[in-house]
Amino acid sequence: MAGVDWKTSTVAAGGTKLHLRRAGRGAPLLVLHHETGTLDDLPFYDALAAKHDVLVPHHPGYSRSERPDWMRSVRDIAVVYRGLLSELGVAKPALVGLGFGGWIAAEMATMAPADLSRLVLVGAMGLKPPQGDILDLAITGYVDYVRAAFHDQKAFDRVYGAEPSVDQLEMWDICREMSFRIAWKPYMYSQTLPHLLASVRAPALVVWGDDDNVVPMSAGKRYVEALPNAKFEIVKSCGHAVDMEQPEALAKLVNTFIGRE
Amino acid sequence: MHLMYFTEQPMSAYDEKAGRDFGATALMFSNKHFDPVAGSRLYNNYIEQYMLAEEVGIDGIMLNEHHNAPFCMQAKANIFAAILAGMTKKAKIVMLGNPLPLAENPIRLAEELAMIDMISKGRLVSGFVRGGGQEQLATGVNPAFNRERFEEAHDLIVQAWTKAGPFRFEGTHYQHRVVNPWAVPLQKPYPRVWIPGVISKETIIWAAQQRYPYIALNTSIEQTKKIWELYDQVALQSGYVGGPENRGYLIQVHISDNEDKARENAKQFRWMQGEFTGLAHPVWSTPSGYGSPTNRRAFVEFAAGRAINPRGNTSFEQQVEDLRIIYGTPDQVVKKLKRILEQTRPGILALWGNDGFVSQEDSLTCIRLMGQEVFPAIREIAKSLDLKSPFEADAPVHLRYSKDLKPAKAAAAE
Repeated sequence: MAGVDWKTSTVAAGGTKLHLRRAGRGAPLLVLHHETGTLDDLPFYDALAAKHDVLVPHHPGYSRSERPDWMRSVRDIAVVYRGLLSELGVAKPALVGLGFGGWIAAEMATMAPADLSRLVLVGAMGLKPPQGDILDLAITGYVDYVRAAFHDQKAFDRVYGAEPSVDQLEMWDICREMSFRIAWKPYMYSQTLPHLLASVRAPALVVWGDDDNVVPMSAGKRYVEALPNAKFEIVKSCGHAVDMEQPEALAKLVNTFIGRE
Repeated sequence: MHLMYFTEQPMSAYDEKAGRDFGATALMFSNKHFDPVAGSRLYNNYIEQYMLAEEVGIDGIMLNEHHNAPFCMQAKANIFAAILAGMTKKAKIVMLGNPLPLAENPIRLAEELAMIDMISKGRLVSGFVRGGGQEQLATGVNPAFNRERFEEAHDLIVQAWTKAGPFRFEGTHYQHRVVNPWAVPLQKPYPRVWIPGVISKETIIWAAQQRYPYIALNTSIEQTKKIWELYDQVALQSGYVGGPENRGYLIQVHISDNEDKARENAKQFRWMQGEFTGLAHPVWSTPSGYGSPTNRRAFVEFAAGRAINPRGNTSFEQQVEDLRIIYGTPDQVVKKLKRILEQTRPGILALWGNDGFVSQEDSLTCIRLMGQEVFPAIREIAKSLDLKSPFEADAPVHLRYSKDLKPAKAAAAE
């Protein structure tokens, strides 16, 4: 969507420095990206910024944010982001977590259940799937892993190009290293999170692509059961990276749910 | 000169075609292709090889370990070390080595090694390695902390060996509130530690800082020289002068009484589809965070199939040309080894004698000729070149036990 004026800044929060992109007006909405990092510009972000004050920080150790060597868990990132919100004076945001970012969003929600307007989890990691396993980054090639997140490979080509650049490959390696540092064992889930979710009273929307080959849909159903006030939406003909594969469909779901559509 | 026999202990009975069809012979290549009947026979063959090696007068038996792959059957080097500690009488048991980061409890390693040292009556050389990338994945260990875990586990083991317990160890990756193992090494201050490696500069630097001998694993003469250049430079900075007693070298050498047979058997050094660790996906052998960040860009290009392997995968002929594979009768082999000794001046030499499908009979012949004809000649050459092993040079076990340290400038002036 042309015309969205994104501002880039570096914000010190939670003992580290974060690369932050921000655009739009309205109620605050924090978008948390995948474990493969994020591009600066994506149509999904633009579509949200048309209706909200959208904040897209790069996770510590991912993409353009520096790596805090001390960090040891995904919960640490959630705490850093709680610090970021407080630093920026942002209260009661909606949290939109994409894949791995969904795990961070869920952790943030459990930390301060009152300081949250809506929770949106899209193909979220963070829970042990009752059936199936989360795809193992460590044994899958760089390109194969990201391609696995798309039902339609043309969508991958559209976002990254059919042959992603060496810069992109290098970035994926950096992100991968950070994921290993903080989510190695148990791999990509928390054993305590499902219990803590009971305190999240804010309305939650759990979205899953019907062809998610990264996080089994059973994990989504488990989120819906664990969250007191959640509903489940399935996006058809879509893989794990719903935000990149069907940005308009997902933006519509999110905007409607948050109450701006 | 310290002269050793080495074999990777190949699981040669696996189905090669299955490996090619699957496209990998490591990590994810199913263990249904492991035949324990053949495994039992092969393990006992290897014991027979080691016993003959001792009988024909080799100085050391070099052991190593790998996981989830047919190229090496030793899943725990300490098991073989323990067997040899009891069965052999003279040979050093040289572990090159225990992969420290794989240990969740390094104190257990310290105990096992101390037991091996006592049972063998002080014949243990306790090398340590980081373990290959696949080793981390095969054992569920975080590759991103590999080097940190290596150094920290090393420090803990050395403390467990040298400091009276009980004491407490609060590290980043290892926390032990009670360290007090009731098994400590016979050798004092502690068994010699040698560090094998292939390409990581960080490991060469670390070894030189500790004054631990570095064992170059089958590198080309040019690569080996570069390794010593770096080692010697760090040695000077640390206050000592590097020499043959700091240098070890492992090379693939097959010896026979017949040149043609030697050549055929030497081709078996390429039996694992040309890569000695077999075929594997690059992200398995170098998981993110395992390698040096300076190699990141070159590595991702290779991993995505856009660049050649930075480690190289050269043909048999080229490796013979580069003296990375040597074969022949004892006289032929000695001549070639002499060139290596002259050019790289190691004080420790390991001959990797047999691989793949080399028959037990030919393996034993190779070992016999190694001990009875090649090594005596090498010892004479080493004497004339003044290539002393750490034992002959009475080198300190670690930098901190040095009595000859000089400020970096004075050392450099020597």
